[in-house]
Amino acid sequence: MTEEQIKLAIENPKMSARDVKVFYGEKQAIKGVSIDVGMDHVTAFIGPSGCGKSTFLRTLNRMNDTVASARVEGEITLDGENIYAPSMDVVQLRARVGMVFQKPNPFPKSIYENIAYGPRIHGLAAGKADMDVIVEKSLRRAGLWDEVKDRLHDSGTALSGGQQQRLCIGRAIAVEPEVILMDEPCSALDPIATAKIEELIHELRGRYAIVIVTHNMQQAARVSQRTAFFHLGDLVEYGVTSDIFTNPRQERTKDYITGRYG
Amino acid sequence: MAEHTIKAFDEEIDRLRGLIAEMGGRAEAAIENAMLALQRQDKKLAAEVVADDKRIDAIEAEVEKLVIQVIALRAPMANDLRDVIAALKIVSVVERIGDYAKNIAKRVPLIATNTRTLEPISLLPSMGQVASEMVHDALNAFAARDPDLALAVIERDAVVDDFYNSVFRTLVTFMVENPKTISECAHLLFVAKNIERIGDHATNVAEMVYYAATGQTLPERERGAGLQTED
Repeated sequence: MTEEQIKLAIENPKMSARDVKVFYGEKQAIKGVSIDVGMDHVTAFIGPSGCGKSTFLRTLNRMNDTVASARVEGEITLDGENIYAPSMDVVQLRARVGMVFQKPNPFPKSIYENIAYGPRIHGLAAGKADMDVIVEKSLRRAGLWDEVKDRLHDSGTALSGGQQQRLCIGRAIAVEPEVILMDEPCSALDPIATAKIEELIHELRGRYAIVIVTHNMQQAARVSQRTAFFHLGDLVEYGVTSDIFTNPRQERTKDYITGRYG
Repeated sequence: MAEHTIKAFDEEIDRLRGLIAEMGGRAEAAIENAMLALQRQDKKLAAEVVADDKRIDAIEAEVEKLVIQVIALRAPMANDLRDVIAALKIVSVVERIGDYAKNIAKRVPLIATNTRTLEPISLLPSMGQVASEMVHDALNAFAARDPDLALAVIERDAVVDDFYNSVFRTLVTFMVENPKTISECAHLLFVAKNIERIGDHATNVAEMVYYAATGQTLPERERGAGLQTED
């Protein structure tokens, strides 16, 4: 770790990555990244296409396991526990470290079922009444309850794009995660739907550790308190968001955020 | 510095910097001409200084408009953001510098009505010279994004303050000895005070330049001339 990064090391980090390297076959996509993610701030990963930000995000809940050629080196811990340890239950891990994707992907089921599915398979609800409470709580936290409370049994796919994305966030929340990873959660949404998601991220902060990958630097500036800039598989700079956007230390960061890149 | 991917952004930044360079040049000329008019008791030149101040005010308005446009349309970040914010703050300070020069020029006819020689006038041109060089260097530092030159300007503020204290003492002594010149000498005191304020403002510009260039703010320092001669 550089001196800067050590300064930003967080006491009791929720997740810690140390010297993480990711390979796709021969090609190295991540070149030794160390970073801490805490509960108190939203962390944004920014960088140009192909910089490794999404690849790195996916290592945090072992989504890369599904890619046959992918190999991960280094250590990633959740509450101090190595998530790549053989004893780690990956299904359990992904409930604790939830993920929201670029394109809203609700199940082709009712709004209610979209939320209830996770808690049911994880055995989080004792009965129907219990499940109703979980569904309402999750939809409220996702900022969607008032819009859908009268049509919980309509299909989730009938909602607007922004509502579908909030439904997906509600679905992630329903299984009581500790960390929520968001991979470009607003890139398919219009500005108003985007603003609602950003407001939601703001409200969820503190309750969950949130990591968001975004191409939109203004979005990173708006929603995050820590920003990490990735370039060609390196974590070039990691800092307090307001510092990164007013006074970046690294030339590569500066060129990227001021629009001089490439 | 590398160019922006969006060329129009570079053009706007260039235009902004060009306007500030012009404004700085005009403010510097206003100080020099006001001091020259005072020295030569040249009312015509003084009137020109007053008239030319309108252009300085117009540039301030133009820069403000352009900065708002750049922020709204380009969402500048990092050094670009610091540059446009510094530009916005610098023009309001340079506009004030122009006003001080104009105020000096306006006093020229009031002092020049009298044929009596006022010895203390001879002290003022060198003081004005230092202040106008500070303005010159502060704006050069902005143009060159040179934090060292900005620091050198800040250092020089003490020279202007010392000048002010010395002029103040001389004028008071002169007034005591020549009570009939009190009206003119009072104007000269204001001239000296105006130059002293110009030095402070040039220092402010230099501080903004330092921040824009480095991203660091300078520690707070004592501003203005000490008041030891005024108790």
